[in-house]
Amino acid sequence: MDVLWESDAALTVREVSTRLTERNLAHTTVMTVLDRLAKKGFARRQRDGRAWRYCPAATRETYVAELMLTALDQTGDRTAALTRFAQSVSGVEADVLREALDVIEGDDVGHEGTG
Amino acid sequence: MKGLADSALLAGVAVGSVLGASALVQASWPRRSPAAAILLWQALGLAAGLAAVGTLVGLGVPGGGAGVARAVLRIGTTVRTGAVFRIPAASGGAGAVTAIVAALRLACLAAGLALLASLCWVLVAASTAALQARRRQRALLSLLARGDPKVPGALVVDYPTAAAYCLPGLRSRIVVSVGTLELLRPAELAAVLAHERAHLRERHDLVLLPFTALRRAFPRSATCAEAHRAVALLVEMLADDRALRARPARELASALVRFGTAGACRAPAGALAVGEGEVAARVARLLQPVRPLPALAVAGICLGAALLVAAPVTLLVI
Repeated sequence: MDVLWESDAALTVREVSTRLTERNLAHTTVMTVLDRLAKKGFARRQRDGRAWRYCPAATRETYVAELMLTALDQTGDRTAALTRFAQSVSGVEADVLREALDVIEGDDVGHEGTG
Repeated sequence: MKGLADSALLAGVAVGSVLGASALVQASWPRRSPAAAILLWQALGLAAGLAAVGTLVGLGVPGGGAGVARAVLRIGTTVRTGAVFRIPAASGGAGAVTAIVAALRLACLAAGLALLASLCWVLVAASTAALQARRRQRALLSLLARGDPKVPGALVVDYPTAAAYCLPGLRSRIVVSVGTLELLRPAELAAVLAHERAHLRERHDLVLLPFTALRRAFPRSATCAEAHRAVALLVEMLADDRALRARPARELASALVRFGTAGACRAPAGALAVGEGEVAARVARLLQPVRPLPALAVAGICLGAALLVAAPVTLLVI
């Protein structure tokens, strides 16, 4: 998928294979992977003679945004039921928390000083 | 008349559960023993649902003397003969009253069964939606995420804002953003991972699922929203407690503070207003540890939760 994102034009299976030089993959393996990406909707393909040409269905950034927005619950629905570490806080609460952090770090310095 | 008495008792359990939920939202002891409080929340939810369905069905089935469940079974055999809800053909005052009572009973029974069906349905729908969303997340992660020696066992995604979450399931994953790696020191990062691992290990997503389903089923109900929020916070506190077994409280607290305040300047206003005060509550709890409830009190809460569920079940079956 990274190869497709880095390329400007749509690529054939053989072109993708040659760009994956560091990994010596069989032609059929690359074909299977690209076929699967197309079936899942991550890649689009069009006929070019006897071969398929593949291009990404959306940019990497689009997918990252989708992933993180669902995770951060900013889409408004709570379907994923993901539990995330902490929500963002705003205004007064953020100030209170920053003061608390100063206290924690003050303790750190104190411990380092005595220890 | 026993049928009516049963229904009245069941209605009492339902109303009592809802009142109990309101009281539990206000109570301060849950943060001392989150696990016990979560158990009580589950019992309240289950009891309220069973009792509400039982009340309606109990009013709907004629006769009484036996439990509601048995009465429903009896209907199954007699309804074909048409004897149960036969509208009397006789004219006159007594006949009309009987007809109205029969119609009301039928309406109650239908409402009870509809409530039962919809409760089951929202649970199934919420589970399916969660599974689908997770499958999509997994597919995206397989394309986008990479490993990083700084966070062993977690996946890293190129995203500037601090984010850390876990993807529950059989093939569970912990995901952190590049923003998180930049924001936190190694010790804080370890505390965050310990917290997320606790979520995955104890399947906190399954604890939260019924409450998410209820909230989706009754979006206007303040009680459902409050219950969901309370349980979500308790689950976080529970994971905090588990993380404290491996990491000092100060690391986790400072990770929480950095996390909470880092997003404040970048997150769109209003989008995250839900969690007001929750991060502060968790930080306060870490910095000034509260004494856990005594074992006797926890045992009492467990017993209370068991009785709460046993009451409607008993009324329904016996």
